[in-house]
Amino acid sequence: MSRPEGMRGSRRSLQVKFVPDEDVLRHIADDTGTKVRKDKAQLSVSMKKFVKKLENISDNEAQEILEEKNYVAALGICAQDPVGNGSNISGGEVYSFQTPKRSGKMAELASELAQTPEQNVAPDHSKCPEKMAKTPQSSSNFTWAEIVWKCNLKKKEFVSTTPYRLRKRLAAPDPYLESESEYSASCSEEEDEEDQKEVSTVLSSQKTPGKTKVASTPPPRNSLAKKIKEQKMGNLVEEYFEAHSSSKVLTSDRTLQKLRKRRLNQQTLHDLLKKAPPSYAAEIRDLNQQHESLFSKWMLQLHLGFNIVLYGLGSKRDLLEKFRTSLLQDSVHLVVNGYFPSITVRSILNSITEEVLDHTGTFRSPLDQLEFISKRFKEDSSLELYVLIHNLDSQMLRGERSQQILAQLSSLPTVYLIASIDHINAPLMWDQAKLSLYNWLWYETTTFSPYVEETSYENSLLVQQSGSLALSSLIHVLHSLTPNARGIFRLLAQHQLEKKDNPSYPGLSFQDFYQQCREAFLVNSDLTLRAQLTEFRDHKLIRTKRGADGVEYLLIPVDDSTLTDFLEKEDEDV
Amino acid sequence: WGFFAVLQGCFVFKPSSKKRRSSEKTAHDFRSRSDDSEDTELRFVTCQSLWNQIKAETEQIQEDLNKQLLDNLVSFLSRSHSEFQEKTTEWTCRMKFREIPTAALVLGVNVTDHNLTFRGLSDVLQDNISPYVALLEAKDCPGIKNLMQKLMGQLMSCDIDVDSMEDEDCVQVSQNRIRCSMSSLISWYESVTKKTDSETPSKKRNSSSRHWQSPPVVVIFKDMESFTTKVLQDFIVIGSQHIHELPLVLIFGIATSPMIIHRLLPHSVSSLLCIELFQSLSCKEHLSTIIDKLLLTSQFPFKLGEKVLQVLINIFLYHDFSVQNFIKGFQLCIVEHFYSQPLSVLCCQLVDVKKRVCSLSHDQCENIRRLPSFRRYVEKQESGKQIDLLTNDSFLKGETEKLLEDLHVYHENYVSILRCLHVFTSSLPKYPLGKQIRELHCACLENRVWETEEYESSLQLARMLNNTDLVTMLQQCVEILMSSSGKEFDKTVEKLKEFLTQFQNLEAEASQEQDVSVSSQKELQKKTDLYQLQKTLLEMKESRRSKKLTKFEMLRFEVVDYIDSLVRKYLVPAADRTLHEIMYFNAAAVLRGHLNAAPRTALHTALNNPHWYLKNQALKCDGGGISNKAPDICIVYKLHLECGRLINLVDWLEAFSTVVMAAEEPNADAASSDQVDDIIHARFIRAVSELELLGFIKPSKQKTDHVARLTWGGC
Repeated sequence: MSRPEGMRGSRRSLQVKFVPDEDVLRHIADDTGTKVRKDKAQLSVSMKKFVKKLENISDNEAQEILEEKNYVAALGICAQDPVGNGSNISGGEVYSFQTPKRSGKMAELASELAQTPEQNVAPDHSKCPEKMAKTPQSSSNFTWAEIVWKCNLKKKEFVSTTPYRLRKRLAAPDPYLESESEYSASCSEEEDEEDQKEVSTVLSSQKTPGKTKVASTPPPRNSLAKKIKEQKMGNLVEEYFEAHSSSKVLTSDRTLQKLRKRRLNQQTLHDLLKKAPPSYAAEIRDLNQQHESLFSKWMLQLHLGFNIVLYGLGSKRDLLEKFRTSLLQDSVHLVVNGYFPSITVRSILNSITEEVLDHTGTFRSPLDQLEFISKRFKEDSSLELYVLIHNLDSQMLRGERSQQILAQLSSLPTVYLIASIDHINAPLMWDQAKLSLYNWLWYETTTFSPYVEETSYENSLLVQQSGSLALSSLIHVLHSLTPNARGIFRLLAQHQLEKKDNPSYPGLSFQDFYQQCREAFLVNSDLTLRAQLTEFRDHKLIRTKRGADGVEYLLIPVDDSTLTDFLEKEDEDV
Repeated sequence: WGFFAVLQGCFVFKPSSKKRRSSEKTAHDFRSRSDDSEDTELRFVTCQSLWNQIKAETEQIQEDLNKQLLDNLVSFLSRSHSEFQEKTTEWTCRMKFREIPTAALVLGVNVTDHNLTFRGLSDVLQDNISPYVALLEAKDCPGIKNLMQKLMGQLMSCDIDVDSMEDEDCVQVSQNRIRCSMSSLISWYESVTKKTDSETPSKKRNSSSRHWQSPPVVVIFKDMESFTTKVLQDFIVIGSQHIHELPLVLIFGIATSPMIIHRLLPHSVSSLLCIELFQSLSCKEHLSTIIDKLLLTSQFPFKLGEKVLQVLINIFLYHDFSVQNFIKGFQLCIVEHFYSQPLSVLCCQLVDVKKRVCSLSHDQCENIRRLPSFRRYVEKQESGKQIDLLTNDSFLKGETEKLLEDLHVYHENYVSILRCLHVFTSSLPKYPLGKQIRELHCACLENRVWETEEYESSLQLARMLNNTDLVTMLQQCVEILMSSSGKEFDKTVEKLKEFLTQFQNLEAEASQEQDVSVSSQKELQKKTDLYQLQKTLLEMKESRRSKKLTKFEMLRFEVVDYIDSLVRKYLVPAADRTLHEIMYFNAAAVLRGHLNAAPRTALHTALNNPHWYLKNQALKCDGGGISNKAPDICIVYKLHLECGRLINLVDWLEAFSTVVMAAEEPNADAASSDQVDDIIHARFIRAVSELELLGFIKPSKQKTDHVARLTWGGC
């Protein structure tokens, strides 16, 4: 990326450095409003003190901080190399603790954002962030600063790429900070936040070389802040526990039902979205072109024994698909839709053994199957397989065992894996052992494309599952069964619908079910029913689980609406 | 078929035509991007051969380093079952030995490197001790049953190897059918050993000379910490019951500390083991050796730049301690260098340079002219030569060849002098320039080391070294320089030797001087006159104060200054050398992006600052805030940051539509507002489900129409 981008990045981190004290104060004084502004002068005095303090830190501390600096710089968030893809943002801005939010905040922000002037590039604000923050009362800038501040606040909540232990070390030499953090840990969230901000200030200033060489910051302690803190203490404590108590939730009680909005189903949603104009198509195309230029490099690296993992915001499906169509046409390859709700490692392995290796036969366990596969691939070195996995981190594949198997599969020298991940915690799936099996090369491919396919399976809250798919399968399967079997299933379905208002409905117990079936002359013995149920289970029509009392409960794993539809359909047929 | 079989998650594609990609086409991939320049073939070949060399080298190093450990283990194992070996039937002996001989192998936390060690270990064991070696991993053995199954599978298949497949099908069947129990294992062992006994005269001679009549069965637990306690305990108890029929030896691979054995096993079980501890060498030493053999040598033309090396070392020190990963990073550097730098074709052994330079195309010559270091070089030449360099290809080639030779010579000298300097700095108190040679190397690569404060202070400290230290250091330096291949050092060696003789002379003188001073003392004692005494004392004091430096001190200064001059001459940072781009790989950012990526950060940037990626003016927003024209997901994300643990969907939707409506301008006519509403609703749904996919929120049942935040302690 271009140089100015890099500059931008570092400028932003400068801002992080200067604003916090102001922010903290403002944050604390949110309710007291104007009071803070009066004390502005006092505050700047304290800032000066703080700078002075900076100068006389002990050698020891300086040394330590220098080390931290090295570490941070080494980890490479160093501002000096303008890496493209935004990965040179300081980690401090990414992970933070949550602050208690008052209800209505969201609406507030929304209205602010809505009011934001057309071209909201305020003149040169970024260059003198402290000035901007200091003069919120100047009327013209006021709303703007307010917004900026709000956004900043969110951004700056605490974090660091530095491991926790380093952070601790950093904090330790300063007795004040230490005592403070103990104190705040038990009392107030706002304080907590303040401390964290200070630490993050330290971190971020270290990250910007040439700024303050030795930036250990005994946090500015001014009496004002103290006073306010004391005043608000009781309040804050309450707020903290309020926000974290598990029972109380501070949100409005409005529900979607009260809105006149109906729930959309998947199809209408799709149609509606088609009408919405795609935003920034040209820019997204540019991004994609950048990524596409890497295809041949990916190919090379795959062949050299690396595997490739793609990350970044936006669906990477199309990108991988393009990679596939442009480079893999002449080779055997396997595409796995990880987001598919019923994908399993087993099915992946099966398609390898059955379709790639043309092996008929079953395996006792995935491990056996994997062993077979690796044996075949090792025997025949001309055998090559490209595996593309969309969403390696999907619900179904993220399990430890699945990942282990996939990692082992990918470590075969002639199996080339290229995968995408989206979940923020996806890298946590892998420990060192798995990582070394995967032998990843990471590529950032932010595409900003909507996750159309990936989310279409999800039981989204707002989307009414049409269940048309499930319904057709249900009917299809049921049609191949005997009338008696259908009757049995109907019975179970009806019973489940009767109980649909009971959220803790465990299912119908086997004994009760047997009783009902007998009464309806559907079965004549315990055994016939069991045989029938086994068949259902094989078709995944029902699920059984054992309750705490050892009784077996039967459940149809389909949502109620689909079940209702199904019964209606059945009635029509009959 | 199942319920969901209508849809499928996996699709296999086979090429319609029978032609399949062959691996030789890898070179093709190499070419495809950099089609602008030829030489790609050659570059790829160079790259591959270099990598293969380096790989072989690293494996050799690993083997050498592990030799000691393996030797110890082998001798332990051969001792362990000597009683069993002698087939003693004495009752007392049998009573005594209920314990299973066990080797606890402490390997360190770099789990990823262990595989290689274990592979080497099992090879050595199979060669020297016993053909019956089984490697077990915790993930294969969730229960004792699986463990036995795995164990027998491995033992019996290695049996096949030894027996050269004579009764293959029989064993095959047994693998699956036999009830995996200790007794079947024992009977198998008996049959195997008996067979070996009877067959000894014929073909088994070879192996039986290496192994004994009844070799022990070695079971290696690769990752002891991950095994379930129960499985381990059961196996050990059962094993010790049958130790007389089956000479079992265990090897525990331990990543943490030997304490883990006692934590995993109760006393009653651990008392059944006769444990001996073995320590593998530390991964840091391993890394030092690797760096020493790969980087600080003139054997390989390819070099790492300072930043790159720093990134690799930091990943090692702060993330995994894995030498394997370090080498992987090194491989990536090589690939990147040869892939992205067209001139890397010249990154080869000195003997090939001439030929390759001669065959450079015009485009490549232009590439050379574009190199920043070459431009600097040109600027320093007089104008006639400048024109020649910039216009005449053949002149340029001649010059390039010369420069490349210089670069090779520079590197050879650099390494030798670096080692000499390291001899000095590594013994100074507090190690101002670092304890390890790699730190010194980084410092020298980074910038002119003699301009740094650390160097200044180390020189100061060096000026205070004592005689003996200084002499031994000089001797070491002489050795280093003598063994180096550079021819330039003859003079230097002479000079250093001269220093050494001077030191020796000094010592001789000093002993004489001592005699003198003793005699003067005696004189002093003779004097009885108080005035005289005072006078002499004063004189002595005076002389001591004004005394110039002793000869030793003078010499010491001279030596240090000489070393300093060597440093200034030879340890010029590589980046100052002309054409360094050809040999040195410097793209640290690329390397870090691929090896030490930060997916969360990327996501965060994309959500908070879409302008970073989408270069659209409308998205530009300086204050860290976000424009209301940002992509939906960014707005939804921003709004959700305002919320606590739970988010009311209705509020969220409303906030979203407020923002979006404002962005859209009220140009739409009121009639279609209902439809607009629906579209916004749909967009909102999409954005929310995308956030769900990304893991920021999840549905919550706590309250109707609420979702829970998942980030930052949200739930």
